[in-house]
Amino acid sequence: MKIINLNIDGKIIKANEGMTVLEAAQSAGIFIPKLCHHEKLIPFGGCRLCIVEIDAGGWTKLVVSCVYQAEANMVVKTRSEKIDRIRKTILELLLAHAPNSLALQELAHEYGADKNRFEKEASFCVHCGLCVRYCSEVKKLNAVGFIDRGINKEISFIPEIAAKECNSCKECFPLCPTSYLQAVFVLTEALSFPEH
Amino acid sequence: MDNKKIDYLIEKHNSEASSLIQILLDIQSENHWLPKEALERVSEKLQIPLTRTMHIASFYKAFSLVPKGRHEVHICMGTACHVRGAKRVLETVEDLTGIKPGETDVDMKFSLETVNCLGCCALGPVIEINGKTHGKISVSETAEVLNSYK
Ligand code: SF4
Ligand code: FES
Repeated sequence: MKIINLNIDGKIIKANEGMTVLEAAQSAGIFIPKLCHHEKLIPFGGCRLCIVEIDAGGWTKLVVSCVYQAEANMVVKTRSEKIDRIRKTILELLLAHAPNSLALQELAHEYGADKNRFEKEASFCVHCGLCVRYCSEVKKLNAVGFIDRGINKEISFIPEIAAKECNSCKECFPLCPTSYLQAVFVLTEALSFPEH
Repeated sequence: MDNKKIDYLIEKHNSEASSLIQILLDIQSENHWLPKEALERVSEKLQIPLTRTMHIASFYKAFSLVPKGRHEVHICMGTACHVRGAKRVLETVEDLTGIKPGETDVDMKFSLETVNCLGCCALGPVIEINGKTHGKISVSETAEVLNSYK
């Protein structure tokens, strides 16, 4: 495998060709915040928290590091005034849905995000897709999926599959940045297969 | 809708997973809605996870996951129809049928939906019933047209 050099926050690091910018940074111990990324899953690029700045020949370009491939001699900045501002707004929008999420609160502290900036919208799920993708890609069970679209999009268990598989797995539970996944599971269980 | 009919529609599209939307559209137009058993059958035959089929069936407004009435009424609420009194037409239909947009009456006679443009603004206000367009419709004509459907 070809090794490439890139510059992240002024540090020259080595990465394997084909890695994403996020993977390259992580392998060098450089922290980039992320929410919807998981090393076992296909990059999703849903939350945009991992956004970074790259130097594109005299001007800077914003790219989503978990889906953007690292290139040789690339110059990356993981923090700047602009990036911090974007991350702060994303966090504030997510916090309007899930104000008590610990994962979000930690990051909110770092970026000075105010959880009361936007009116609360108690949908709790932040559409990171971790549960749905983990169940499909890693477990190949497809017990939980998305339904509907836009602001009405939500997760939904297939009761017949959930009744058979979920109680002995529950591997997706700790992945959820809110408690919504557990809540939906308990509700599905109570409605569809309470006797199990 | 029985499995034979569903299987026929699936085979018509060579049982290809990439034809999922086409197959669902065929079932929708045949049966006017997509029952759970039909979605399960399609998923099984095309080897697509039911979660995926459900996502698609709930994503597009062309699909219905609840039974529809014999006559599907679409009322255009687009800008042109709106300024020409679509709201009053809608209210009249709601009064006559007793249902709101998205609903079906108990006799399964009418289903009501609003749409945002039917593409014939010069005919506003427009309502469409079972695909037939009724243009420049007045409140009194609305009642007449609805009554003509049994
Ligand atoms: S339920 Fe949780 S893990 Fe699943 S998409 Fe929503 S926030 Fe993400
Ligand atoms: S971690 Fe990259 S978009 Fe969510």
